[in-house]
Amino acid sequence: MRRFALLLDALSTHAGRLDKLALMHAYFQATPDPDRGWALAALTDGVPLRVAFRRVLGTLMAERIDPVLYKLSRDYVGDTAETVALLWPETPRADGHVVPSLSEIVVILQTCRPRDLEAVMAGLLDRFDATERWAFLKFLGGALRVGVSARLAKTALARLELEPSSSPALSDDARGAHDVGEIEEVWHALKPPYTELFQWLDGCGPRPDTVGVPVFRPLMLATPVEDADWPNLRAEDFAAEWKWDGIRVQIAATQQSVRMYSRTGEDVSATFPEIGSAFAGREVTADGELLVMREGIVRPFNDLQQRLNRKVVSPKLMAEHPAHVRLYDLLMLDGEDLRALPFEQRRQRLEAWHAAAPPAWTDLSAMIAFDSFDSLRQLHVDARAASIEGLMLKRRSSPYLAGRPKGHWFKWKRTALTLDCVLMYAQRGSGKRSSLYSDYTFGVWRAGATGAPELVPVGKAYSGFTDAELKQLDSFIRQNTVETFGPVRSVKAQLVLEVAFDAVQRSSRHKSGVAMRFPRIHRIRWDKPAAEADTLETIVGLIEG
Amino acid sequence: MARAETRPETWLYPTPRGLFCAPGNFYIDPPAGAERALITHGHADHARAGHKHVLATFETIEIMKVRYGVNCAGQFQIARYGSSETIEGVGVRFVPAGHILGSAQIVLEWAGSRIVVSGDYKRADDPTCAPFELVPCDVFVTEATFALPVFRHGPVTGEIGKLMQSMARQPQRTHLVGAYGLGKSQRVMKLVRLAGYDRPIYLHGAHAALTDLYVRLGQDFGDIRLVSEASAEDLAGALVMCPPSALGDRWSRRFDDPVAGFASGWMRVRGRARQRGVELPLVISDHADWPELIDTIVATGAEDVWVTHGRDDALVHQLGQMGRRARALALIGRDEEAE
Repeated sequence: MRRFALLLDALSTHAGRLDKLALMHAYFQATPDPDRGWALAALTDGVPLRVAFRRVLGTLMAERIDPVLYKLSRDYVGDTAETVALLWPETPRADGHVVPSLSEIVVILQTCRPRDLEAVMAGLLDRFDATERWAFLKFLGGALRVGVSARLAKTALARLELEPSSSPALSDDARGAHDVGEIEEVWHALKPPYTELFQWLDGCGPRPDTVGVPVFRPLMLATPVEDADWPNLRAEDFAAEWKWDGIRVQIAATQQSVRMYSRTGEDVSATFPEIGSAFAGREVTADGELLVMREGIVRPFNDLQQRLNRKVVSPKLMAEHPAHVRLYDLLMLDGEDLRALPFEQRRQRLEAWHAAAPPAWTDLSAMIAFDSFDSLRQLHVDARAASIEGLMLKRRSSPYLAGRPKGHWFKWKRTALTLDCVLMYAQRGSGKRSSLYSDYTFGVWRAGATGAPELVPVGKAYSGFTDAELKQLDSFIRQNTVETFGPVRSVKAQLVLEVAFDAVQRSSRHKSGVAMRFPRIHRIRWDKPAAEADTLETIVGLIEG
Repeated sequence: MARAETRPETWLYPTPRGLFCAPGNFYIDPPAGAERALITHGHADHARAGHKHVLATFETIEIMKVRYGVNCAGQFQIARYGSSETIEGVGVRFVPAGHILGSAQIVLEWAGSRIVVSGDYKRADDPTCAPFELVPCDVFVTEATFALPVFRHGPVTGEIGKLMQSMARQPQRTHLVGAYGLGKSQRVMKLVRLAGYDRPIYLHGAHAALTDLYVRLGQDFGDIRLVSEASAEDLAGALVMCPPSALGDRWSRRFDDPVAGFASGWMRVRGRARQRGVELPLVISDHADWPELIDTIVATGAEDVWVTHGRDDALVHQLGQMGRRARALALIGRDEEAE
């Protein structure tokens, strides 16, 4: 527990990705099994302990602190675990005091009778200091809020070095040879505390068995096509498809079960149960784009957003925003791994398999016929339908490769739209950018209640400028601050930012009623008067679908 | 028991021009422009320029002169710790408050009752100032900066140990420690020296004048240098003291990948550290924490407790639960963040 508490504490104050990786790596390297596996569970999918600790905590705190003081403290701190950790009475530590390990805690709570839970929890809390109490309650509650994604934790695992004793013949270069993709491929066949996984990573055990489990296979990703790429590309080597504006998913089905994964390997099956049913009983791993489709028409991304991140999915929601997967690749079929085959052959297998018995809520991403890149360019320029982001170019001979290999798949996004917006708020960055105002909220004009023009925020961007421009923006913001709210400053409506974005959608979550897709700063218009920036009407006119 | 017409609140009370002692015709820590001001300590929300007559400890007066110039008051009168005097029949005595160098509680006696105005205070050890002295009284006027039960500040040695360990572990990274420039910064430097750190300590320019004053008043911080006069090689891996605001300021960009630390009681709460982008939070406070507030109030034996700036809600509630008369005293111009 002590080590885990120090790890979480350090993660919570270190903003940089590399710092976080180094902290986790050091922890996994130094901590024995099964403790490190329980920590890994807390950092990724959560610790599968079913204890009603929140209710118990309420009772325990009521016995220890006045409810008014508790409420004032909770309001101030803003986090229950931390409030309890700070308020819990400190027990003096005797010599030889032993803090229970994570695995001891798991055993204690797993074997605890419900009626003893209060006493057991109190006994544990008494043995910890404030940081350990905080880490313990985060461990039980999930939602660590220390800025670590499951993928980052797995990336730290991939850096684990093999035990020197395990295979002495290995050269130093071969140690720590695992790739995060390899870990993702076995991940969903494993359970906390992941002992098998660590043994394999240490070089002391075999690769964990994934037979019969619909595991995640790391995705093949595309790189943007650059102007310099074109002379090296030949039209006949490539197939073209539309690039759909949904979310990338992988459907993995075995006889036993079906899962749908996001591009980072997160299991999103429960949010889209209709897809699971559609693939039931199949033996396949397919790659595609998750969309919302009504009456045969793909709806804008905003419609899909209504379905994301929901724990409970109502029949009404499913009826109003039906999920649909547009398939474009096949990785596994009936136990056969197709990934080494060229794209063209995988595509043939996909078409044959789908034609034989198409699962409900699916279709295939159409291949676009073209004879030259010039004719394709014309199509590309005309592509303005909602839900199309541009074109995908896939090399006909390419195998399915994990990661983002150069030269195989290209994304050719359609030309961005741009609008002139006015800088309204700026927020401090984090890490290296913590002394700079680097996150910008911008707005456009509309007629206010009195008819006078007012600015309404339409988006936020934190990229698209050079380091030199960032410094200029930062100094502009410091000199033109109207008000400061913690890390945020409001600035005089004076600076015009030309903002580039992929599309505009309606949004009930934003005051302006619109939301931009992928906004970034295109140019800083130091020369342009703010009064000449664009209006909300202009943006609304760009909404598609 | 004082008679109705001489109850404490009839002779000491807040006014728009500050906490006023009517029979003595003076204010305690008033905003600018008082005829006669008694000042508890040198922090800017207590000591202001522009009074006709100031009574304060020698150190407080020196601090005011450094901050506002030698002519920042019409007339200065030195109050020595422990010695009593009378102003218009009101007994006045300055007693150490343990907050910063020169800080004092002001003990007032009139018509048979005694009021102690604590200013700001702490009970924990501080090698840069005289320790808090407990004075039994009828009314205790207390601060409440950290008056929430979540504020329990541990031994300061542990926090200094964290700083030393971090410097030892990352010897190539400059450690910037944000600290309030009067009191906190000097206390941290002194503690670091006591912990055995013997390399030069670098100062942000804003901390120079008051640190010089501490040195003139007999405090020894070893080898102290200015950041502005140091080379990049000097600063690599060095300990640098600066105002908290400088951590997120353009000033900090001169350091390559520094560790940002912040020495403050607020660092007890993670969200505060995160908000500031602090990598090395150091829970070092010059104010009493929750147990110290309660223990001190109880030990004074005061029947009435008046709570000034900070979280008066929680403290008034707690004292009420303990069967004491407590009320919030709304004083204007107090700055909660300056810790």
